[in-house]
Amino acid sequence: MPDVLTYVLHYEGAFNKNSLGAVSEAAARAEEIGGQCHAVVVGGDDLTDELCASLGAYGATKVFRARGAEGLAQPVVDVMAKVIDEHGHAYALFGGGLLGFEIGAGLAARKQAGVTMEVTSVRAEDGKLVAERPILQDSKVSVSRYRGDLGIIIGRINAFEIVSRDGGSAEVVDVEVSYSSWSEQATMVQRGEQRGADVDIEGADILVAGGRGLGKAENFQLAEELAGALGGNSAVAATRAVVDAGWYPYAAQIGQTGKTVSPKLYIAAGISGAIQHKVGMQSSENIVAINKDANAPIFEFSDLGIVGDLHKILPKLTEAIKAKKG
Amino acid sequence: MASSANGRMHAPIEYPPPVSSPEEFVKRELDSEDDRIEVGVAIVGGGTAGLACANRLLQLLGDDPAMMEQLGEVPVAIIEKAKTCGGHSLSGAVMRPRPLQELFPQLTREDWRKEHFAFGEVTKEAVYMLPTGKTKLRIPPPPPFKNHGNEVVSVAALARYQQRQAEEGGAYVLTETSATQLIISERHVVGVRSGDKGRGKEGEELSNFEPGTDIKARVTVLAEGCWGHLTGAAIREFNLAEGREPQVWELGVKEVWRVPKALDRVIHTIGPWPLKLQAKYGQIGGTWLYPMKDEKSGDDLVSIGFVIDLDYADATTSAHDLLQLFKTHPFVREVLEGGERVGWGAKAIPGGGYWSMPKLSMPGALMVGDAGGMVDTVALKGVHHAIKSGMLAAEAIYAHLRRGTSLSSYEQAVEESSIGKELWLVRNTRQPFQRGFIQGGPMVNLAIATKGKLPPGRMQWHRNDAKPLFLGDTYKNYPKPDGKYIFDKLSSVYISGNATRDDAPNHIRVRRTVPREIADGWRWMCPAGVYEVPEDAPESGPVDVIVNYTNCVQCGAITAKGGRLTPPEGGDGPLYRLT
Amino acid sequence: MKICVLVKEVPDAAVEKRIDASTGRMDRSGEKNLNPYDTHAIEAAMQIREGGTAQVDEIVAVTMGPESAVRALHKAVSLGADRSIQLTDAALAGSDVAATGYALAKALSNEQPDLVLLGQQSDDGECYTIGAVVADHLQMPSLTQVIKMDIEEGALRCERQAEYGYDTVQIKLPAVISVGDAINEPRYPSLKAIMGAKKKPLEQVGASDVGIDTGLVGEEGSRVQCGDFHDPPAKAAGQVIEDEDTDETVQKIVAWLEERKLI
Repeated sequence: MPDVLTYVLHYEGAFNKNSLGAVSEAAARAEEIGGQCHAVVVGGDDLTDELCASLGAYGATKVFRARGAEGLAQPVVDVMAKVIDEHGHAYALFGGGLLGFEIGAGLAARKQAGVTMEVTSVRAEDGKLVAERPILQDSKVSVSRYRGDLGIIIGRINAFEIVSRDGGSAEVVDVEVSYSSWSEQATMVQRGEQRGADVDIEGADILVAGGRGLGKAENFQLAEELAGALGGNSAVAATRAVVDAGWYPYAAQIGQTGKTVSPKLYIAAGISGAIQHKVGMQSSENIVAINKDANAPIFEFSDLGIVGDLHKILPKLTEAIKAKKG
Repeated sequence: MASSANGRMHAPIEYPPPVSSPEEFVKRELDSEDDRIEVGVAIVGGGTAGLACANRLLQLLGDDPAMMEQLGEVPVAIIEKAKTCGGHSLSGAVMRPRPLQELFPQLTREDWRKEHFAFGEVTKEAVYMLPTGKTKLRIPPPPPFKNHGNEVVSVAALARYQQRQAEEGGAYVLTETSATQLIISERHVVGVRSGDKGRGKEGEELSNFEPGTDIKARVTVLAEGCWGHLTGAAIREFNLAEGREPQVWELGVKEVWRVPKALDRVIHTIGPWPLKLQAKYGQIGGTWLYPMKDEKSGDDLVSIGFVIDLDYADATTSAHDLLQLFKTHPFVREVLEGGERVGWGAKAIPGGGYWSMPKLSMPGALMVGDAGGMVDTVALKGVHHAIKSGMLAAEAIYAHLRRGTSLSSYEQAVEESSIGKELWLVRNTRQPFQRGFIQGGPMVNLAIATKGKLPPGRMQWHRNDAKPLFLGDTYKNYPKPDGKYIFDKLSSVYISGNATRDDAPNHIRVRRTVPREIADGWRWMCPAGVYEVPEDAPESGPVDVIVNYTNCVQCGAITAKGGRLTPPEGGDGPLYRLT
Repeated sequence: MKICVLVKEVPDAAVEKRIDASTGRMDRSGEKNLNPYDTHAIEAAMQIREGGTAQVDEIVAVTMGPESAVRALHKAVSLGADRSIQLTDAALAGSDVAATGYALAKALSNEQPDLVLLGQQSDDGECYTIGAVVADHLQMPSLTQVIKMDIEEGALRCERQAEYGYDTVQIKLPAVISVGDAINEPRYPSLKAIMGAKKKPLEQVGASDVGIDTGLVGEEGSRVQCGDFHDPPAKAAGQVIEDEDTDETVQKIVAWLEERKLI
């Protein structure tokens, strides 16, 4: 049977949204090729029967549950390899996020399987799954077809929509796995540590986001002042590069490893628009970008692009908006 | 016409840049043996001329293994500040083919095109006068404009080819390396020092600071191109410009377009449009359109450019914007319409010609190509002279190493070669233009018609920075950028591949407070938008100048108009490809 | 300990990237460079060597790629690697990520490294994955996207950003770690190191030299076939303003926002 196996990430008793999207996608595509969607979960006591069975609501028919370390990829590879060996899944599909990349890649090595990452769309073709992936800064789309017994699909973050179905409940199967020695060489010391101030950017209607183009940490003030002038439910967000550089707190980070937002207005200041950032904000209703690089990718998906020096534009824009609002 | 508050007009020369060449750019002592690098011949600048010198020298050394051996582990080192040789190279460029054929006799012109640095032989040509922005007048090509049989090349691509040849021949090519000091010991050039890396905005050492290194060489070749940093230091140190006319400069801005329909001829226009005819503007310039067939991709390309003498007086003269203005002429639109701009760049050109060339050798060193001022700005040609001079330098160096002959034999060789002969013919041709297009025109024609016999004697140049600037109205004609056909400076800088580290030290030396017209002169002149005048600055009198040096594409024009370009950290600047 | 650093030659950031219609692969003509992320991996190796906690006997740069990739290795050596290995073989051309990781793992297994470092991503596409592929073949633990790494007795303490915040993971050696660009500020090579790079040992090995099963690599051995390149669905182009007069620009922005009732 051409079944599709997915991995579902969880943290503190709740499933990851991208993983739920992956389950929905896997279920829909599996049906098209005459198979079922199964899920793997790995963790401790918080993976209750009830929680696991709830994945049925997204289309999973079976959930394989293994006890193991959380937040690390290689134990999951061990579990998935075993499940695939025993059940002969034809595809493994992952939602976006760092663990999906690591598990998918590790599994590809283990099972000598083909792997495609950054997938934005999957379709059935002659009883097989075909994955589409944007390449070259999203200027082209490439189509992947698989050879061999197993094909691995790693989604781009937010690529797969969560679809709930009525009344579904998945069968929960416990799996005993003897982990490989190298999986056990890694230990989670601390998981999910929050650094810096806590900011709510997911709930904001207006976001002013700053990137490397701001030049230095102090210049986030320009973004904060603009957000202040715009008023209402506005907040300041940041790219991964500047968060990693310590300019702004992690909680404000947008993108692949940060938060996904879709405010009414997104003002990107000094952000080039790398894919990793784009995936976290592209569903914003209105995107305004200010960048001195006329060729910055962000202009390709902004509704209003300003080619110019943000250090000159932001203060004046703040003033103008303040004046307008009286 | 606005002038300064006190009514006097100011020339940039009155505001010399804060530079002390002998102290800053010359090092008087070599570091100890452990700390320095020793090479046979050090060539500063991996452009067409420097690489031609390397190519020829390695051919000679290839036939003389004993000499090669004697030069040590690094017989030839090429020091290039761009990411690759050719990365900072830009020229028209329709080239007279002979010197390159002499340098690589085994290559056919078909091979050149396969190697992707040549783009076709000129078979048709046209010269136009442009009375206005809508009309044109075809004129028979004056002799210097005859290009039949010449080859359209890209010096950026040619240098890359020459680099590969040099490396195969045994040269070390040190890219991303600036040469910042000339090392002179006992009145003898003994090498150069490479620039520091990892300094911050204020010159402070960052965590990854890496100091420069002394490179000791038996012979040093200055092949820095237009406005060589060390060339200037050498000229001052050894008094090489004594008894010569001052050098004068031109500025060229160029675009490369991919077009739907091949252009079938080489086109030059000689104005007066888009320039102003009246002498007070001091504007002399011209344009070109060259077809380029990319044999590899099959693309039809067009090289389009505008060159202006940096002797103009209207401070609002902008070569970049004048090129954009030129593109609005209907006949140009016809050529470019439906196409896409794929390249942009700018470069200053030494324009003085024969009388302005410095003495080309000094103890331990010599200069080649544009560094030595070997450009024929009447015919708009320098690439073939660059190659020829590099070859002659290589031969003089080889003779010097082999037989101990003086490096000054190179000067005689240049004089007797096609370089000397061609530059002699046009020695007095362009000077009259310093009096304006109308007054100077007949004299220029006379010089061309008599193949340089008239006017007799030696025509003088005055320095570009001695020309007073005024705030005129040239800028009023510049078209508004639309980002598709007409481009502003910033978006142009970006397609040049410019990547200068944001927190690097400023490499441009200018006075920070100058009269408004000089500040505006820099602002308009710079094709890369480096200079800015604060929006709230007074209309006249002294103003502060903002220097956005990370935009700089190192064209060198500022040096002609009162500033000084010094080499930034190696690896910074544009990455020209098809220019 | 011995550290191997995986490096890769990629097109320079300034070069326009496009698919070569004749081969269906990326057009790799034009300027190439050592992948900038890999310079962070080399720097991380150098900092371990210079940190004094662990005795680093050797740093070896390893690449897979055509003849021109030698330049990337010279650069890696000039930045501190002691020697380098180039895995180059016509049979490897067209390998997908899984096949590339397999081939690199084969080249690495001869070296018996205690630590394999690499950059987490490259400009030319495949990101975040190669480390995990290599690790599984080498049967080593791995962690990607690491932004802080401290060496302890026989182990590494690594930090990275994951789905729910910063994770700290302890990993016993040997291990494969891919690093992000926030981990360090790479040094500049000295001129001496650049000139000396050509003299450092560079070993070129073919597929058979390291025991690669050629049925598992190259276009034929790859389990993913990429093709049907096409343009993404066109998005209505946004408006672009080039800022010349900032006051005017700002007015236009405000008008734009007002029109959409955003202020």
